[in-house]
Amino acid sequence: MEPIIIEGTPKTPTVKFDATEGVFEIKGRSIPENSVEFYKPLVDWLDSYKETPLIKTVVNIRLEYFNTSSSKCILDVFKKLEAIHKAKNEVEVNWYYEEDDEDMLEAGEDYESIIRVPFKMIEIVE
Amino acid sequence: MGFDIENYLKDQGNNNIILFYKGNVDSDVINHVLDTVEDKMVEANEQSKLRKKVYNVLVESLQNLYHHVDKVPDDFEDQTSEKFGMLVVQKVDSGYKIITGNFVHAENIEKLEEKIKRINRSSHEEIKELYKFILNHQRISAKGGGGLGLVDIARKTGNRLEYAFREYNDKYSFFYLNILVDEREQL
Repeated sequence: MEPIIIEGTPKTPTVKFDATEGVFEIKGRSIPENSVEFYKPLVDWLDSYKETPLIKTVVNIRLEYFNTSSSKCILDVFKKLEAIHKAKNEVEVNWYYEEDDEDMLEAGEDYESIIRVPFKMIEIVE
Repeated sequence: MGFDIENYLKDQGNNNIILFYKGNVDSDVINHVLDTVEDKMVEANEQSKLRKKVYNVLVESLQNLYHHVDKVPDDFEDQTSEKFGMLVVQKVDSGYKIITGNFVHAENIEKLEEKIKRINRSSHEEIKELYKFILNHQRISAKGGGGLGLVDIARKTGNRLEYAFREYNDKYSFFYLNILVDEREQL
């Protein structure tokens, strides 16, 4: 599978999905007006990956900002990961938040309560 | 026609008004407003916690306008703006005030008001649960909104949504939303 590598912009995050390493990363700001357009290729890619996933997949989410329209798309990403986990593969989500950013921590906890995949909340201390 | 928002600005004597915008709310305008306000908050040495809240609320307010505004009335002075909206960002003692204004079709008023009232009578915990429920159960609409903007604003600010509808004619009202993002600790 070809990896997905997308450079970040002021409104869209940096994305690195590499099927050979099993490490996926979404980092930066995710505040586009049309988030579906941005996330659909990622969700489709995960759909293919879930056919033959590695025994362990690690997902690093390190967002500074995301808008509510991205929040639904990020949930779609997590739902694909949940399916991989349900098929008896190891999946781990690392949710990063800056030390004073309780809103970002709470957002991670929202997903943790909806999605049946192990989450680790990681505080970034400057 | 003179809008309340413009009288408000006059009353304030441009006091600590960081930004006033009136016109078409497109993607470029949103980028420009976000950059401007972010830069001004950095210049003012605001705490990163407050900066982030203001930025988040600003993103949701502007994108609410972008996704949901109704077309302007036929006799309105600005016929060129497809998505006409107004925005004021003001520094106040406890934080920042974000005021938006847009036209709403008479038939859409009730639904919008009901939504705001529901949010305003909910506790912080209930708003959190409402957010999660909508996140998990509602699809993104044809307009591109997720239906979460106002809930997210109330959740992040911990404040009630102040609002008003001013009748423009029998088909349209002008809707104001007045949001306070302050530094007080949330319960």
